Amino acid sequence: MNARKSFLRFAPLMALMLLLAGCGEQGLTALDPMGPQSQWIFDNMLLSLYVMALVIVVVFVIFFIVIVKFRQKDGDNEYPEQTHGNTKLEVAWTVIPIFLLAILAVPTITGQFYLSVDAEDIAEEEEETEGIGDVDEEVDEEDLDEDAYVIEVTGHQFWWEFDYPEGFTTANDVYVPAEEEVVFQLEAEDVIHSFWVPALGGKVDNIPGVTNHVWLEADDPGVYMGKCAELCGPSHALMDFKLIAMEDEDYAAWNEEMQEEEEEPEDTMAQQGREEFEDQGCIACHAVEGEGSAQGPTLTNFGDRTTIAGFLEYNEENLRDWIRDPGALKQGANMPAAPGMEDEELDAIIAYLDSLEKLDDETKEDLDIQ
Amino acid sequence: MVSEATNTRKKSVLWDWLTTVDHKKIAILYLIAGALFFVKAGLMAVLFRIQLIAPEMEFISGQTFNELVTMHGTIMLFLAATPLIFAFANFAVPLQIGARDVAFPFVNSLGFWLFLSGGILLSISWFFGGAPDAGWTSYVPLASREFGGIGIDFYVLGLQISGFGTLVSGINFIVTIINMRAPGMTMMRLPLFVWTMLITSMLIVFAFTPLAAGLALLMLDRIFDAQFFIPGEGGNVVLWQHIFWIFGHPEVYILVLPAFGIISEVIPAFSKKRLFGYTSMVFAVLIIGFLSFMVWLHHMFTVGVGPIANSVFAIATMTIAVPTGIKIFNWLFTMWGGKIRFTTAMHFAASFVPTFVLGGVTGVMLAMAPVTHLYHDTYFVVAHFHYIIVGGIVLGLFAGFFYWYPKMFGHKLNETLGIIMFWLFYIGFHLTFFIQHILGLMGMPRRVYTFLEGQGLDTMNFISTIGAFLMSAAIIVLVVNIVYSALNSERVTVKDPWDARTLEWATHTPIPEYNFAQTPQVRSLDPVFYEKIHGNGEMKPVEPLDEIHMPNGSILPLIISIGLFIAGFGFISFHLDLFISPYVFIAVGGILTFGAMAARSLQNDHGYHIDKETVESMEKELS
Repeated sequence: MNARKSFLRFAPLMALMLLLAGCGEQGLTALDPMGPQSQWIFDNMLLSLYVMALVIVVVFVIFFIVIVKFRQKDGDNEYPEQTHGNTKLEVAWTVIPIFLLAILAVPTITGQFYLSVDAEDIAEEEEETEGIGDVDEEVDEEDLDEDAYVIEVTGHQFWWEFDYPEGFTTANDVYVPAEEEVVFQLEAEDVIHSFWVPALGGKVDNIPGVTNHVWLEADDPGVYMGKCAELCGPSHALMDFKLIAMEDEDYAAWNEEMQEEEEEPEDTMAQQGREEFEDQGCIACHAVEGEGSAQGPTLTNFGDRTTIAGFLEYNEENLRDWIRDPGALKQGANMPAAPGMEDEELDAIIAYLDSLEKLDDETKEDLDIQ
Repeated sequence: MVSEATNTRKKSVLWDWLTTVDHKKIAILYLIAGALFFVKAGLMAVLFRIQLIAPEMEFISGQTFNELVTMHGTIMLFLAATPLIFAFANFAVPLQIGARDVAFPFVNSLGFWLFLSGGILLSISWFFGGAPDAGWTSYVPLASREFGGIGIDFYVLGLQISGFGTLVSGINFIVTIINMRAPGMTMMRLPLFVWTMLITSMLIVFAFTPLAAGLALLMLDRIFDAQFFIPGEGGNVVLWQHIFWIFGHPEVYILVLPAFGIISEVIPAFSKKRLFGYTSMVFAVLIIGFLSFMVWLHHMFTVGVGPIANSVFAIATMTIAVPTGIKIFNWLFTMWGGKIRFTTAMHFAASFVPTFVLGGVTGVMLAMAPVTHLYHDTYFVVAHFHYIIVGGIVLGLFAGFFYWYPKMFGHKLNETLGIIMFWLFYIGFHLTFFIQHILGLMGMPRRVYTFLEGQGLDTMNFISTIGAFLMSAAIIVLVVNIVYSALNSERVTVKDPWDARTLEWATHTPIPEYNFAQTPQVRSLDPVFYEKIHGNGEMKPVEPLDEIHMPNGSILPLIISIGLFIAGFGFISFHLDLFISPYVFIAVGGILTFGAMAARSLQNDHGYHIDKETVESMEKELS
């Protein structure tokens, strides 16, 4: 087979790769990397793919020659020559793969350190100041590297908790400044989860009793989809979250807003909703601005959410269904159903939840939320 | 009323199969049991592929989905692939080395019945509160009592019992291959399938022991409230993953090496050439077996063990590609210059080569630890290991099935139906799994029971499910083929219907219970081919025709297994609301098992002899 022909065999594969590069939903697919880490991963994936394509082409070419050329002809019952092997050839296909693997070994090692070095530094500093395994948040803040912005991520069945260094908490949506390396400190409350934002970088597991780190950076402001990648129970598939990257000023403004004291809702309906929120016992699990229990997802900025419970489109109807019977929508969810709640009470609660906003409209528009 | 005569006759056939210690019959038992589990696990896969045919389908719930994927993986690896490998190993290994049976026929039978009773114990979990639901890897804490269902108790004890069966069978194969080779069958003349079974059996001994330890720890956690894997109580979650993968990684090679062996038998037979680079093939198998124990951590690249450990294991993983590559090119050059007959078996064996390469290259890609932070736990990994397990092991098993079928059952399978089945399966397989590489890169995690609309995952999931239907159609064609051929095919009466090369083709078809009336003298690699070229086409015997010593059948292996089954169920029933106390089950099971073991120890069973005249008349009748 000459070079031109083997190129022709190779061409469709290349075309396929070009096609794939634009594949999938923006903000989810890893084939359209949107941060330095995912870009590095994507580049090296392509490198390995090129090297491996070479192997595939060689094997396929030999294979097709063999099955076309060496068929037994009708009536030809002679035995072919019984070759034992060929030392030169055998050495060749031992040495060449070693060489190809060496090409991949270099980025494998450098990359492993590129992906983990920052998080490791933080872990070391923590150990120096606090000893192993005992994380005290206040000391945490003071002693961290100034450059590293650390958000604590806790995986729960089946939702995500994000604790910010400034002392507030969000759930299922995590807000970060764009163009900045953010370190996520990964922990788990119940079973193993795995924190993954495909468009921004690699996943690292959240393991009970273990603290892991991963850094991510988004090139541009925007909403990036995140997923739980480790089987964690019946609703594992629905344990999605969003990573929302904002311009620096927007992020600073939002951050300030999050730290402010709770304001009384302006709307009367929402005020009534706040009362219902307490009367119905929602507050026993859900905190708003640090008021209430942290057992369930915090609702401080619920009105800004892009989804309900991480996966349902945010609208009144869905919210109503969700509060009525969360288990029907998300099997294994810990939130109790409220079948007996009056419609008016529910309306009020929904109005109250909807009023819980921390993002200004302009930022929302920039980010293309709602 | 059935007449008494038929009644007793029927009973004696059944009794014969329940008590048999003949390796050829045990092979058929393994084949049937393995095939049933294979179909069952395949149907489960079809069910959850239907759930994934479109976004937000409501065909099955998340809980059911988790039970189905867990059972699919567990059954396929432990109860389908393993017994099917053992079926061919039991059948071919003694014949290929010129032996009359395996070294310990009683243990061989025990191995089968333990596997089956463990498998049934696992399967009845559906009727007692649900199947295991924590994935076939049973990661804790999801598999702990606090978070996992009762099904995981069945997983733990079922696999423990069936694992004992695998372990004793592995030991049996090692002893058989080392000790029972015919004169002249030196280690470097062993057929490659025997070599792979030898290495596989060694891997079984070294890998199933940590599994047994791990399962015992998990059992203590779940049934007796120990805390090995419970964080906050002094336990360690990651410990389970280490123990599991120290077993789990070699397990892949336990299954794929014999598939390599089958391919190395089928390709030379139908290319009419000896295996290219036999010595390097043997050493490649040895090296792969050795390395398979050094790479378990590559299943845990995202667990956070640090960049140094990840790098070391990444490089170790890559090195496995070298001996595997040697094998690939040796297979290609076995066919090169040959005269290939494209029988169904050869279709499967030949197509195995490029397919396995596709699985191998993604394996190298996955070895790049930092990039694996992207691939891990996504459909990319699902695609990769199905290219290894289906594209490697299953294609190998089908090749072996069509190849050895005439020797096992006395007639060939229909070739036309065979080739239809091949194309259905092969196209279906690539449709199902190739596309899953891309799904994974597009952000689809594995083990998700649904995916949301508008994430760009719809079309490819649809195609993947269609592929699964095609694969099922192929299996239906196979079943039709088996029935059709049994009714219509001509009986094979020649010793060697394929013009093959190794010693199993030197015996009569059907094979007499003693395999070889006289042990053959082996003068070469490919002894049957050698005699065809250099001799009169018959193997030269090394002993005069004389009476033959055979082992007696025994019901004790079955009783031991039933005892363990009952006792195992007893341990599980501590957490079931039954009206019979668990201690009753444990006592009854224990008495059966230990009683049968005592009976075996006290019994003086010297086997029986087939006298010279019977052997002579049987030989005459068959030739």
